[in-house]
Amino acid sequence: MIEIRDVHKSFGQLEVVKGVSMSVAKGEVVSVIGGSGSGKSTLLMCINGLEPIQKGNIHVDGIDVHARGTDLNKLRRRIGIVFQQWNAFPHLSVIENVMLAPRKVLGLKRSEAEAIAEQRLKHVGLGEKLKVYPSQLSGGQQQRMAIARALAMSPDYMLFDEVTSALDPQLVGEVLETMRMLSSEGMTMIVVTHEIAFAREVSNRVAFFHSGRIREIGPPEQVIGSPQQAETITFLQSVL
Amino acid sequence: MFQYTFHWRPILNALPDMLSGAWVTIQIAVLSMLIGTIAGVLLALARQSSNKILSGFATAWVEGARNTPALFQVYMVYFGLGSLGIHLDSYPSLLIGIAFNNAGYLAETFRGGLRAVPPTQMRAARSLGMSAPKAFVYVVLPQMFRIVFHPMTNQMVWAVLMTSLGVVVGLNTDLTGITQELNVKTFRTFEYFAAAAVIYYLISKVITLTARLIAWRVFRY
Ligand SMILES: Nc1ncnc2c1ncn2[C@@H]1O[C@H](COP(=O)(O)OP(=O)(O)O)[C@@H](O)[C@H]1O
Ligand SMILES: [Mg+2]
Repeated sequence: MIEIRDVHKSFGQLEVVKGVSMSVAKGEVVSVIGGSGSGKSTLLMCINGLEPIQKGNIHVDGIDVHARGTDLNKLRRRIGIVFQQWNAFPHLSVIENVMLAPRKVLGLKRSEAEAIAEQRLKHVGLGEKLKVYPSQLSGGQQQRMAIARALAMSPDYMLFDEVTSALDPQLVGEVLETMRMLSSEGMTMIVVTHEIAFAREVSNRVAFFHSGRIREIGPPEQVIGSPQQAETITFLQSVL
Repeated sequence: MFQYTFHWRPILNALPDMLSGAWVTIQIAVLSMLIGTIAGVLLALARQSSNKILSGFATAWVEGARNTPALFQVYMVYFGLGSLGIHLDSYPSLLIGIAFNNAGYLAETFRGGLRAVPPTQMRAARSLGMSAPKAFVYVVLPQMFRIVFHPMTNQMVWAVLMTSLGVVVGLNTDLTGITQELNVKTFRTFEYFAAAAVIYYLISKVITLTARLIAWRVFRY
């Protein structure tokens, strides 16, 4: 379970997350929608401790992410994150990209890591691309590789930050399909996305972000189907 | 005036000695490059450090290595340390002097290379649970080495040529040292130094070609 309580986050003088609270239960899929610059990415990076916070707290399965003694490297094994820019490691082949963390972080043997990597890559439909380099893949394939790379650590949670926003339109579908599959397998996910139809379909709840705050949160048929706040309505009109 | 007769026989006679000298030259160049690369990476990191003493030390090293004659740097190791009571032989003095020079130049090259690796690579590695040092070694460094490979090749050639400075600290086992001894004994100056120059040239060319081969083999992406 992820519990976010009254989190405030600033970059210098600029406060970009202004008191956000929400919780995500095991097996739940929560989509986060909202305009660009509203603090969605920043919140995701606070959840796995890539960014410090100034106030409030975030607990993942009871562990206080920003407490002094917390071993973030250990915590991050359980929280996969996939970024808008997929960040493939260009010097490693597809299977090596996926094997790296299991080997260097979990200390698995090459053969064990290879077996896991191959399984994850087949799962996201890249079983034929094990030996090629990321530069030889399409954007959609690289993004699926990034998902497999996160899954190789067998995380309990997956965070997705607009993973389809940088893709050509015809490649969006295959990545959404991969996420759909994960959700159907019961993966707990927080999905920042502009794909409103997708959010509506897979989410248990949808949170609408506006200038660093959650303006509206609830089941998709409520937040997307019959939004109450003026900002939500304006935003949905702009993206639909 | 143009009637100099080039004598081949002394060169042929001296060739085995000169080649064994070339081997010493290559040894020193390779070792100084290994030390220089490791020190260069550490210096590049130290310069970015928020610790003032650390970054100051690294900056002084880099500035000194790049803005004073390499000859003086070798001198300082041999005679400078000597006057402080640390007496090193010719070979280690030359090796340390050149490694010092290599490290200074490479640190600056590495700094540029590190800046060319997108910070998102580090972030992606950390998000997989890798510690900062592991992320640096397995994700950032390999990408940096590709970026700086050509300047590193140049530095390697430069290291070979710098080994000729060994003669000023009394080294007589490297290519220049042996050539100089032959010269003093026989005064066939032109022949010996011409032969040595050809050998230096060949070593440099082999390095450049080998580097190209390594790059082709290693950087497949
Ligand atoms: N590293 C950073 N340094 C300074 N400002 C940042 C940084 N990252 C994000 N911001 C600012 O924080 C605000 C929220 O950004 P972000 O979380 O990326 O929004 P979103 O993902 O909703 O588009 C923006 O105004 C952005 O410019
Ligand atoms: Mg964003």
